[in-house]
Amino acid sequence: MYAQMVTSEGKAPGEDLSPEEQAFQDRIDAGERIEPRDWMPEGYRKTLVRQIGQHAHSEIVGQLPEGNWITRAPTLERKAILIAKVQDEAGHGLYLYSAAETLGVSRDELLEKLHTGRMKYSSIFNYPTLNWADIGAVGWLVDGAAIMNQVPLQRTSYGPYARAMVRICKEESFHQRQGYSIMMKMAQGTAAQKAMAQDALDRFWYPSLMMFGPSDAESVHSAQNMAWKIKINTNDELRQKFVDQTVPQAEFLGLTVPDETLAWNDEKGGYDFAEPDWEEFFEVLRGNGPCNEERLGARVAAWEEGAWFRDGLSAYADKAEARRNAQVAAE
Amino acid sequence: MKKQWPLWEIFIRGQHGMNHRHVGSLHAPDAEMAINHARDVYTRRKEGVSIWAVRSTDITASAPSEKGPLFDPAETKVYRHPTFFDIPDDVGHM
Ligand SMILES: [Fe+2]
Ligand SMILES: [Fe+2]
Repeated sequence: MYAQMVTSEGKAPGEDLSPEEQAFQDRIDAGERIEPRDWMPEGYRKTLVRQIGQHAHSEIVGQLPEGNWITRAPTLERKAILIAKVQDEAGHGLYLYSAAETLGVSRDELLEKLHTGRMKYSSIFNYPTLNWADIGAVGWLVDGAAIMNQVPLQRTSYGPYARAMVRICKEESFHQRQGYSIMMKMAQGTAAQKAMAQDALDRFWYPSLMMFGPSDAESVHSAQNMAWKIKINTNDELRQKFVDQTVPQAEFLGLTVPDETLAWNDEKGGYDFAEPDWEEFFEVLRGNGPCNEERLGARVAAWEEGAWFRDGLSAYADKAEARRNAQVAAE
Repeated sequence: MKKQWPLWEIFIRGQHGMNHRHVGSLHAPDAEMAINHARDVYTRRKEGVSIWAVRSTDITASAPSEKGPLFDPAETKVYRHPTFFDIPDDVGHM
């Protein structure tokens, strides 16, 4: 997902909980929200920082593949819509960094870890956006997959994270719809436009399925994170839901999901579908996807080239405050 | 990186004369920029007509450990709610 393969810092299964840890777990089981100043196990705090941080990084790195098309959007209206969408993602990053900061890390620290490759962002943003239909596919599929994961996270146990999710979910549905609307336009357009739409779906289908991460039905990390309610569903559950929802939408567009094995399974009430290439997924995580270098390079450049501006505003604020203090002293 | 911008808590009053409500936080070098950023981040869909920005360090919060002493006393004072009193229907609306 936007946070993939989050390793858990919890105790190993079977290890005894201390009375404090037990009381904490009881609160979570009772559906209570954990707030920043409440006692929490160090492992819970650390795991959350990792997860929320990765989620935040994904939001801001996710601006880059779409930002790529702002200057080339086909109409002024599409351009304005895309700018609004990309701006929303910056906001999502901010909400999430703020939530992480309530756990005792600073945003600058998290950014430093992103820039030096010690923290990750979602694999999906290491794929290029090659034609305008890709912007449609990203909104439809990538934001669509994100929604699958973010909607249940509104009920996550950590208060600030849950509240950030509520705010984000309110905005996501616009993202998905604007993407689908681009796809409709392209799919109903000329033969060349329809081919672009199909090409976009062909390239984004499997990377979108990868967003949910490999099957974690057997993972101890996942079990601990689910006990803590910082993970609500297994990766397979969410992937299945996503496929079931998306296939009819592709059919409506008259496009073909690039999976010959795709078939409705009456028994399970869902589609059978092919797994993505997990070798490719791990390669992308290792930094060898098509755009890893470009994306991280763009982030680092934005941070470094903006330093004089951030510092300038700080210097101005300091000066203004000194002036105010001098005035008060003189009175 | 020289210095991190301080953290601000943002409160927004919605359209219909409600109280300002805490909506989240952000970093900004000074109060004016905090308001500008809050406008950009928290009111893009007409969520509000007024913004308060307060330095996070200026907020005093009750401690979770004080929850009992602070809030438990209210538990036994149910008579503070109108529903505590039975008024016969014959009296009419009250
Ligand atoms: Fe987002
Ligand atoms: Fe989005």
